Amino acid sequence: MSNILEAQHVVKKYAGHTALNDVSIEVPKGSIFGLLGPNGAGKTSLIRIINQITAPDEGQIILNGEKLQPKHIEDIGYLPEERGLYKKMKVGEQLLYLAQLKGMKKAEALEKLKKWFIKFDIKDWWDKNVEDLSKGMQQKTQFIATIVHEPKLIILDEPFSGFDPINANLLKDEILELKERGTTIIFSTHRMESVEELCDHIALINKSQVVLHGAKKEVKNRFKDNSYMIEFKGNLPNEHGLFEIINTYTLEDGITKAHIRNTQDLPVNQLIGNLIQQVELKAFNENIPSFNEIFIKVVGGEANELL
Amino acid sequence: MNKILLIIQREYLTRVRKKSFWIASIVVPFLIAGVYAIPLYFILNSNDTKTVEIVDESGLFKNRIISDKDIVYQFVNQPFEQAKKGLLKSDADILVDIPKDIITDPNGVKMVGKKSIGMGTQMDIQGAIQNELRNIKLERANIDLKVLEDNKVSVNAETYTLQEDGKEQSSNSIGAMILAGVFGMILYISALLYGSQVMNGVIEEKSNRIIEVMISSVRPFQLMMGKIIGVGLVGITQFLLWGVLTFTASTATTKLMSGKIEEKVQSMQKTGKSQDEIIKFKKELKDKNPLSGISQTIENISLAKIIFCFLFFYIGGYLIYSSLFAAIGSAVENASEAQQFMFPVTIPIILSFVLGQVIIQEPDSQLAFWASMFPLTSPIDMMVRLPFGVPNWQIALSLTLLILGFLGTTWLAGKVYRVGILMYGKKPSWKEIAKWVFYKG
Repeated sequence: MSNILEAQHVVKKYAGHTALNDVSIEVPKGSIFGLLGPNGAGKTSLIRIINQITAPDEGQIILNGEKLQPKHIEDIGYLPEERGLYKKMKVGEQLLYLAQLKGMKKAEALEKLKKWFIKFDIKDWWDKNVEDLSKGMQQKTQFIATIVHEPKLIILDEPFSGFDPINANLLKDEILELKERGTTIIFSTHRMESVEELCDHIALINKSQVVLHGAKKEVKNRFKDNSYMIEFKGNLPNEHGLFEIINTYTLEDGITKAHIRNTQDLPVNQLIGNLIQQVELKAFNENIPSFNEIFIKVVGGEANELL
Repeated sequence: MNKILLIIQREYLTRVRKKSFWIASIVVPFLIAGVYAIPLYFILNSNDTKTVEIVDESGLFKNRIISDKDIVYQFVNQPFEQAKKGLLKSDADILVDIPKDIITDPNGVKMVGKKSIGMGTQMDIQGAIQNELRNIKLERANIDLKVLEDNKVSVNAETYTLQEDGKEQSSNSIGAMILAGVFGMILYISALLYGSQVMNGVIEEKSNRIIEVMISSVRPFQLMMGKIIGVGLVGITQFLLWGVLTFTASTATTKLMSGKIEEKVQSMQKTGKSQDEIIKFKKELKDKNPLSGISQTIENISLAKIIFCFLFFYIGGYLIYSSLFAAIGSAVENASEAQQFMFPVTIPIILSFVLGQVIIQEPDSQLAFWASMFPLTSPIDMMVRLPFGVPNWQIALSLTLLILGFLGTTWLAGKVYRVGILMYGKKPSWKEIAKWVFYKG
């Protein structure tokens, strides 16, 4: 899979502080790419550079194999974290305007917009003033504005912030549908559960630098600690020293749940065999770290080091 | 390039569609026409027809003082004291007593009114008596009134300005002053009015948070210039509407009034008012009418030159100030924060307007020259000077400086704007804003 976007050694300095320090990422075509990081890490700075709102001090951005240039504006759809609309304008008129600014012809934009209005069942909004819309309705309008010109790359900055669960679900479905159609989506977020659910690739930015980068599975594997979650009936003595019990929890019906670490690096089958001899095993799962854990480990760990 | 047109279109249409735009466009011309018509109306209709009773103790004036449409004279054969008692019950408004010895003592005339007697009415009655008294005296001296009338001459001086090519051109300094005042006013109002509209537009985009969506589609400079040009066109549209409507309303008023003026003049002639008085009356009308005199001045300087300069200085001044206002708007988050930053920008506007008042008095002074060269004051002050005649080289120099001025300010404003629109949170200081100018990309 080739990359739709590459950031190469991007540096951005503002008076007094460095927002991005030698940042390189690769976003594969057709993927959903999670740009993670704590507040102030530099995510928005990078997104603004990709959108050509600001220019990098050093390094470059490659879009579809070409150096980023003004014509690429039409290939990108951007939903900023701080998003808004002209309050006094009518919904239809406003979307038409924003679509035309993205390089669409008026007739084409009108046709596409109508399709979206039908899809979202909001046909009677066309002549409403934006200020008369509810927040959820405005969010739908903003989303349409982001994708109506059918960009190859969509960048969503904290897309779920401020969305109610219904709209958040709708947005999620749309993101997946766009991916089906071959669109690449970059989104930055704090919500790790949406990362788990949607992303194929991630980059974690902390303190202006990329600290973690790669395919979801591969990143998770890197953080696996060779531990397992098991559920069983009976007592689990640890006489063999084959594993270490990290934690146990008592569940209903005499079932115990335990988090164990395979300290001897035994093959999994041997570990299971050993367990079966001692207890009535009900469940056995490899403990794969969540992104939440990884995030806290990477970001928090570094913070601790600094303390 | 197409995008900036889209922005101009949106900025223009959203404003022109507003009700407030149309209300302002329609109300103002009627106000102007009113300002122009009301004094005329009062001159013509100051006194409704008044009935004046005359007790003519001298017996000289009967059949000599003739009623006109403003005053109906009635002669009563009662002693003055008795007539005075009857006045309250009668239809008459005023009672006049002409004493027996009026020929020798013209100051003995008395007037009694039901209400206080208006200045105009008093003058009219006095004039009528005075006129006839003079005629009577002339007749007694055996002077033929006809001969006297034929020998009446009137001298009206016209002023001219000597041109460089030796030609004389009639000048009308009152017209020039009025025109200068109008130019100064228009430019002053539009710099403030439309400049702050640009600023509020920028603040709106920033506080609405649409700005980041916008600048991911267009360059910040395009957005800023699109807004400035769009609002500028709104201003031009408004002034055109004002111009056309004011002209129509004033012409209509003039048409309405001119009939009445003719009537008045005719009745003045009938009542034997002297030629002097009619000329005085016409002059009064002319002085109260701001449009006469202006047209004379416009003819003198050449309409093309005025239009050219007006457009150029209007656009130049507007661009300079609106770009500064845009920069201010970008640096703040709401209108109240903007107040503090607006002050330094409004000062030169107010200053040039104040200087304009001085320049009207002395359009060729050193002060006038420099004020009409400096790009922040030249748009208003050059236009104030223009009706009095300004050498072409000075206009050319001023225009050149103006172009450099607005290139400089829009460049500067663009730099500040680009950074400012993405800055939220703390209100910046002047020092920080100055630093933004040097930010890269």
